Order: sequence, then structure tokens, then C-alpha cells
Amino acid sequence: MTETTQDTIRAFIIDNFLFGDTSQVVADDTSLIDNNLVDSTGVLELVFFLETTFGISVADTEIVPDNLDSIGSMAAYIETKRRAAA
Amino acid sequence: MCGLVGYVRTDLPQQAGEPLLRAMTDTIAHRGPDAEGLWAQTGIGLGHRRLSIVGLADGQQPMLSADGNLVIVYNGEVFNFVELRTDLESRGHSFRTGSDTEVILHLYAEYGPDCVSYLNGDFAFAIWDQAKRRLLLARDRIGVRPLFYAEHEGGLYFASEIKALLRVPGIEAEIDPIALDEIFTLWAPIPPRTGFKGISELPPAHLMVVDDHGRRIERYWSLDYPDFGETADARPEAEIADELLALLDDATRIRMRADVPVGAYLSGGLDSSITTALATRHTPHQLSTFSVSFASAEHDESEFQQIMAEALGTAHANVHCGTLDIAQNFPQVIAHTERPIVRTAPAPLYLLSGLVREQGLKVVLTGEGADEVFAGYDIFKEDKVRRFSARQPGSSFRPLLFKRLYPYLPNLQNQSAEYLAAFFGARSDVLNDPLASHRPRMRSTAAAKLFFSGDLRATLGGYDAAETLLGQLPEAFARWHPQHQAQYLESRFLLPGYILSSQGDRMAMAHGVEGRFPFLDHRLIEFANRIPPKLTLKGLTEKHILRKATEHLLPPSIGNRTKQPYRAPDSQAFAVANAPDYVRDLMGKDAIAATGLFNPAAVEKLVAKAGTSGVDGFRDNTAYVGILSTQLWDRTFSSGKSSAVRVAAE
Repeated sequence: MTETTQDTIRAFIIDNFLFGDTSQVVADDTSLIDNNLVDSTGVLELVFFLETTFGISVADTEIVPDNLDSIGSMAAYIETKRRAAA
Repeated sequence: MCGLVGYVRTDLPQQAGEPLLRAMTDTIAHRGPDAEGLWAQTGIGLGHRRLSIVGLADGQQPMLSADGNLVIVYNGEVFNFVELRTDLESRGHSFRTGSDTEVILHLYAEYGPDCVSYLNGDFAFAIWDQAKRRLLLARDRIGVRPLFYAEHEGGLYFASEIKALLRVPGIEAEIDPIALDEIFTLWAPIPPRTGFKGISELPPAHLMVVDDHGRRIERYWSLDYPDFGETADARPEAEIADELLALLDDATRIRMRADVPVGAYLSGGLDSSITTALATRHTPHQLSTFSVSFASAEHDESEFQQIMAEALGTAHANVHCGTLDIAQNFPQVIAHTERPIVRTAPAPLYLLSGLVREQGLKVVLTGEGADEVFAGYDIFKEDKVRRFSARQPGSSFRPLLFKRLYPYLPNLQNQSAEYLAAFFGARSDVLNDPLASHRPRMRSTAAAKLFFSGDLRATLGGYDAAETLLGQLPEAFARWHPQHQAQYLESRFLLPGYILSSQGDRMAMAHGVEGRFPFLDHRLIEFANRIPPKLTLKGLTEKHILRKATEHLLPPSIGNRTKQPYRAPDSQAFAVANAPDYVRDLMGKDAIAATGLFNPAAVEKLVAKAGTSGVDGFRDNTAYVGILSTQLWDRTFSSGKSSAVRVAAE
């Protein structure tokens, strides 16, 4: 399940932030900020994507790099949210 | 104010030289619609297009000295020419004309190439000294006036604009991929690099001497700041403010010298309001002022323009920049910038200079330069907040100050303190970097390079524009206050490379209009650089000392305004249903593939994302405008071969 989540997020990032360019490797621990993949607009696009794709609700206080700055941290964050909701 | 062209050390006979000079000057006729002139002998030629402002009847160029030994072509104004002339007369020089051009000739005769250090003004000129067989090329301290050159088959060709050099048989427009990388990082190439391979720019504050010993380029002036911790000007604030006002007033006074009426740009912001207020003191006539307005509230400042025009009683004219105006004029804008740009802000200024010309004026004062000299830009505040935040890592309050800097960026307003700290690099480990103040902007601009094609990336081979920039910093840089370091980077690179070029000289001269910049008087710059940083950027109040010095000149609603950066709609100007055809054509997959500089599939997605309302965010807007302007630039200047071929053939 975690693998699927990561693939889905990766596909979104490649499509939306890399405009389909697959020459850059986006590993699970690649920092989106340090690699210029998101700016302040991108973060909000990311939140919108996570909420609509994974059925979670992201609180304002949860919009922090610890939760959203890599595919791995997003997958872990989603997992935590789902467990809390279960 | 004019345009110049020329060549030296060629084997061109006079008969062949004159038609070439004419062809070259024809390309820059917009810079000097009032007259033209040529002078050629074997191997040396000078050409000129004139915009008559000082010495209307007798300032024709090329101008020869009385003994016929010196010949000059000159673009610009020397504002202290009256005082220089008086001094030269006391040394026995006699003058035949009332022009500032002749003053430079005599100054050169007296001091040789050192003559440049006496000049207070904006200039680029070429002097041919027949006795010494020596050519002197020189450019003003800040880089208001342009001067380009190319070496070709042993000869040196030079001109105010690159398009004139492209008329020389054998000199071709060949895109420099490194310049493209620098533009997509720093907004402008790093001098002497231009957008074209083999064509260079004489950097600001430099002169070039060409004689029988060869060619040498020298810097004759530098921006300088006191060492960090050194109290350079310990006087009370009021005393510093008084001197500042006196200097600025004098800088404005001598910039009102002209034999034609001088008008002023009035943006509604602090800086142009100050220069306009001071200008009204130095003209017996009603001052004409000019502004640009926008339909979108986030860009429009007409309310403040009106307040200021009424307060000063100026004859005010406005040009409205409508939804399609930017897109419709963008091809002409790029033909004049002669390089790609990553913002559309020059386009409304192109419309504005058109308005000035239409109203019959050809000289305007502008407030440009105040933000660099008195620390007005957000980038200076941003660096201060980063350092403040880095002192308490993990603080959930300090980074919230970043929101105060960018009230006009709604997506930034919605960020957490953690994200703000991350975006702005508010970490102590990155703040020792000499380029620390500018890294966030460089990063957000360079993010658009993800659209570069594989071929272009391969050609660039990991080139790093920041490294080149670091290599150009003076040894003293490391000893300066961080705010001074940031001001230096802004004043040395972005100011001449973009603000005074793409937004300045090139847009104004496109319609034969000369801009004059009181804040860029070198006396004022040298004075301001000694003012303690806490008096220029006080807390987060920008240009504090300037506000103090001029508060009695302005209505409080203007004097207390927080700076609103001059911006224009970017991708939103093109991604509209009724955009001109060229937008769709040049951003289309085939055109992108033919140029070979960008990834067609990625650009297709960007265009789709923009739809008919544009994209949000810095990166996507930078990419959209940068790609479109590069495509236009290629179409305008390419020698007919595809860029892909030329880039790949590196």
C-alpha cells in the first residue's frame, strides 16, 4: 500500500512539477525544496492533490516540510492520517 | 542622446566603410531620429544617429576637434559639462559649440583616457586620436548607456546596439547557451557576455584603448563600501539627511539641463515622486509627467500617480496598459532588449516611452536607482529576516516576518513558519555564502531551467552562473556589511544588466526618449554607500534616511508608502483566448522542437497548464515568459539556421 501511495505521488510530481521530464530522479527522500521542485504555489497544489487523491484533510498546522518535503515523508504522513481516522 | 557605431583596425577603405557605417546606423535610427553623420578613413570609421537635446544647432556628430586630430561619436549626456567647460576655458581651451560633446573632446585633449573620471553623466563614446592612432571607448560608471563590440577578421567593430553589429558582413547572430543559462538564473548575462557568441559588452565603468600595441580594457571606477563595523558616517541622522537632500537636489538640477523640455516619469511610488518634486524646483515651466496604469488592481498605482500629479500641479498624461497590450507589443520589446527576459515588466515601459514621444518630449527624469542606493528592494529585507530567523532556529514566529515582505503574493501568505524558513533558506549554515542574499531569487529563477532541452543541458555541461558571479567579486566584498554585500550584487549586476538595460535604455530609446536618473549620480552613490545600513533599512522600513530627507516634499500618503515593486502581468498577458497568433505558434511543439532549446513535451504541458488564465507562481511564470521571449529572440535575430544545430555544434 505504501508503495502505491509513493508511486501515485511520484507520478503527480513528475507530471505537475517536472512537466513530464523523467530525466531527474525523484527518489523517496529527495527534498522538493532543495531541488527547486516546489515553491509556495507548489505546496498548495500538493495539499490539494493529497486531499483529493487520498481522501485526507490536511490541517493548516500540518503544512510543514516535515510532512510534505519528500515522497517518503508524504507517504508516512498519509499513513498516519489514515490510521488516526480508522 | 543618440546611437553610435564604428570600427577600427580593419582594412576597409573609406569608400567601403561609409556604406557599412550607414547600414549600421540605419538599424539604430530609433535612438537618434534627428540627424545622422559618418566619418571614415582607411581602417577607421565612426557613425552616429542623433537625438538633439543639448546644442541643438551645433552639436552635430561625428565631431572633430578644431585641429582635426580628434574625432568623437557619443551617446549620452554629461550633466556637469557647464562646470567642466568653465574649468577648461581657464586652462586655455576655446570652444566652438555649446554642446557637451565638444567638452569631452577638450577634456580628452587635456587628460587623455583619464578624462572619464571628470565626467558626471550617462555616456558611451568613441574618440579616435589620429596622431596617436588610438581609439578610446568608454562607458559610464553605472551602465546607463550601452556599448557592444565584436572582433572580426582582425578588426574591432562597436555599436550602441547589437543589431548594428549584425550588419557587418560575417558577424552572425549565434545564440550563446551560457548566456541563456545566466539569464535563467540572474535575469541577465554577466558582462562582458551578451546573448550572442562573439559579441561582448564593454562593462559599466570600463574603458577600452585600442592602439598599435593592441587592445586593453580597464575599470576606472568601482562601487565601494566601508568595512563591516566601521562607522563611516557617525553624524546625527538629521545632518546626514540634510546632506543627502542637498546632493540629490543638485543631481536633479544638473539633470534638468537641456535645450528641450525635460519631463518626468511618475509611478506613484516614493522615488519618482521625489525626483519629480525636486524637478519642479528647477524648471520655470509646468512640468510634464507620465505614467502607466493597469486594469488589474494588483499592478495599478494610478491613484497615487494622480495624488502626486495634483500635489505638484504637473501636466500629467497616462497610458493604459490593457489586457492585450503586452502580448501585442512583446515582439518589438524583444527586438529592442536583444535578449530573452523572464518578466514582462519592460513592455509597459515601452508603451510609456511611446506616450512621451507622442506628447512631443524626448527627455524624462526617472526614480530608478533609489532602491539599490538606499536599500529599497524586498531582497534586502528578506536577507535581514533570514538572518534574524537563523539566530533562533526552529522559531515558529520569526519566519512569519517573511509574510510582511510579500503582501502581494497570496500563496506565500498561506505558508507555515516552517515552510517560510525553508523557502528562504533561513539557516545559519547558508548565510556565510557571499551570494546568500540572492540565492533564494537565483534558485526560484533557475527552477525554470527544468524546461531546457537535453541538448542544451548537455552543451552547458553543468555550468554554474553563480560561480562566474563569485569570480567577479572584489577582494573587499568579504569585509562589507551583509546589507552592503546585497546592495553591491544588486547594483553591479541586476541594475545595469536588466533594470537600466531591458527596462531602461532599450525601452526608452526604442521611441527616441532619454531617461535621466538623479539617484544614480555617482556623488550621491558614493555618499550613500557610507551611510550606516541601520539608517537606510531601519528595521524593515526601506529607504528610511531618504524618507526623512524628503518628507517635507511629499504628501504623507506618498511619503509613508511601503514599496510596491513595479510588476506587470506575466503569463496572464499571453495565456488568453484572443492572444496574438505568434504566441501559439512559437510555444507550439514544432516551433519549440525547431529551436531546440527547450523540451517540447514539457512546454506543451506548461502551455496546457496556463490555459486561458495563465500560471501561478514564480517558477512557472519565469518559465513561460523566458521560453516565449527566447523563441521570439531566436526568430528575430537568428541567422536563419536553427538554434538546435548551432547549440549542438558547440
